Amino acid sequence: MPSSDSQFAQSDTPVIKIRDLVFRRGDRTILDGVNIDIPRGSIVAFMGPSGAGKTTILRLISGQLRPDAGTIEVNGHRVSAMSRRELHRFRRNIGVLLQDGALFTDLTVFENIATPVREHTDLPESLVRRLVMSKLSAVGLGGIEERMPHELSGGMARRVAFARAVVLDPDIMLYDEPMTGLDPIAVSTIRTLMRETNDALGQTSIVVTHNVSQVRRFADYCYIIASAKIVGEGPPQQLTDSTEPSVDQFMNGKVEGPIPFHYQPPGAAWGLLD
Amino acid sequence: MNERISRIDRLTTPITEAGQCLLFLLRMLAGVRFGGQQILAVLQQVYLIGARSLVIIMICGFFVGMVLSLQAINALEQFGASDQVSLLVGKSLFRELGPVLTALLFAGRAGTSITAEIGLMKATNQLEAMELMAIDPVQRIALPRFVAGVVSVPLLAGMFSAMAIMGSVVFAIGVMGLDAGIFWSKLQTGVYFQKDFVGGMWKSLVFGGTVSLIAVYFGYSAKPTGAGVGTATTNTVVLSSVLILIFDFIMTSFLT
Repeated sequence: MPSSDSQFAQSDTPVIKIRDLVFRRGDRTILDGVNIDIPRGSIVAFMGPSGAGKTTILRLISGQLRPDAGTIEVNGHRVSAMSRRELHRFRRNIGVLLQDGALFTDLTVFENIATPVREHTDLPESLVRRLVMSKLSAVGLGGIEERMPHELSGGMARRVAFARAVVLDPDIMLYDEPMTGLDPIAVSTIRTLMRETNDALGQTSIVVTHNVSQVRRFADYCYIIASAKIVGEGPPQQLTDSTEPSVDQFMNGKVEGPIPFHYQPPGAAWGLLD
Repeated sequence: MNERISRIDRLTTPITEAGQCLLFLLRMLAGVRFGGQQILAVLQQVYLIGARSLVIIMICGFFVGMVLSLQAINALEQFGASDQVSLLVGKSLFRELGPVLTALLFAGRAGTSITAEIGLMKATNQLEAMELMAIDPVQRIALPRFVAGVVSVPLLAGMFSAMAIMGSVVFAIGVMGLDAGIFWSKLQTGVYFQKDFVGGMWKSLVFGGTVSLIAVYFGYSAKPTGAGVGTATTNTVVLSSVLILIFDFIMTSFLT
């Protein structure tokens, strides 16, 4: 279960510190003056409508994108100032679970999970095998190591991708919509795995999700992003009870509210009125 | 104004692309380590893109040899020189047809498959996942395929020429009844190892590098959509074929 609000507030120096973050794509401002602190050991969820910039934040934290202004610090190091080599070193300490798992389709399940181990360690083959098998067993998929990714169901593929992401026991986990498109049992499995792994390894996790009902069950703290800004933040229950119009609209799935339904490109006139 | 900018854009795009392709090549070459894992990956790709292209190369080579002999005998007969057929077939094969046709076939068979494979890996976020695991996809995916192409094309060209000579033997000696002794002696004395065979191998090496570089670069830079991968695959075949013929002319002018 998630830890309490007070635990969140009392945590030491944040592992991830984002200040005055601005990110643009062409004329469009995706994120505008965003400030976020993520304490060690917590699971923080980013929620918001599609296209609000949730995945962009993950990409900025992992160094795939560079901000137009502002800073992102992970463990005291500025991600945006890192060279390619420094980024590679930095990413060894980060596990990422992408939305579709992104398993390597030409490798077996075993080889998929073993890839980061072989790449970043000099462990003998017997230890690599033991490590991979223990991770597979931890996600409840012992015995499928010789299968190819196309032989797995969506939920199984996601769990294999999870095992691959945590195989080197990273300090920070980034999840991009880990529960999208899964059946309720698979959703519960992934949710439990996220929480248990986070607590057992003392990780810090960031989860991008739309799943309001699940967030209450695994996240310590939530940020709601809309219109390029953080429109709400707090523990999940507090957000559910919030009367702030943007937060209330998103948490309760209301069509009417300050978060617009129609997408308006910058400078574009209403086509229907032309 | 906008039209002028887009016209300049159209003119500068190929130059920009060429520059990016060159930088991509340098990025690949910077990662050459000659380590066990890298050599293993190259050998695996030599099997996948080289050895698996053998059948098509051998069949095409055999029939090219036969049709070349047929045309040569028809033309040479008019001058009473049909016994020179092996000389003509040998020289044209080792110098031109072997390297060029092998490279064109390789572009169609392996080049497209490399582009489509890498493009699909990009579309399904596998390259992104690799980057996030601190594994450089250029070193891990592109480099072994590029090196395998450079190694495979000369070997395939050798195989193509050998099969074409076999086709020529079958047609000229077996069907047309030319003297086998004259056929082989003309081939042996008229075709030079250094000038004809090695010259052709140099060409193959350059063609192999060109096709493989274009294939991996277009795959890596493909738009991550079905249409994007399709366009990249087509571009690989078109640009490879054009560049093979241009480079063939340039190299022939220097090698002869």
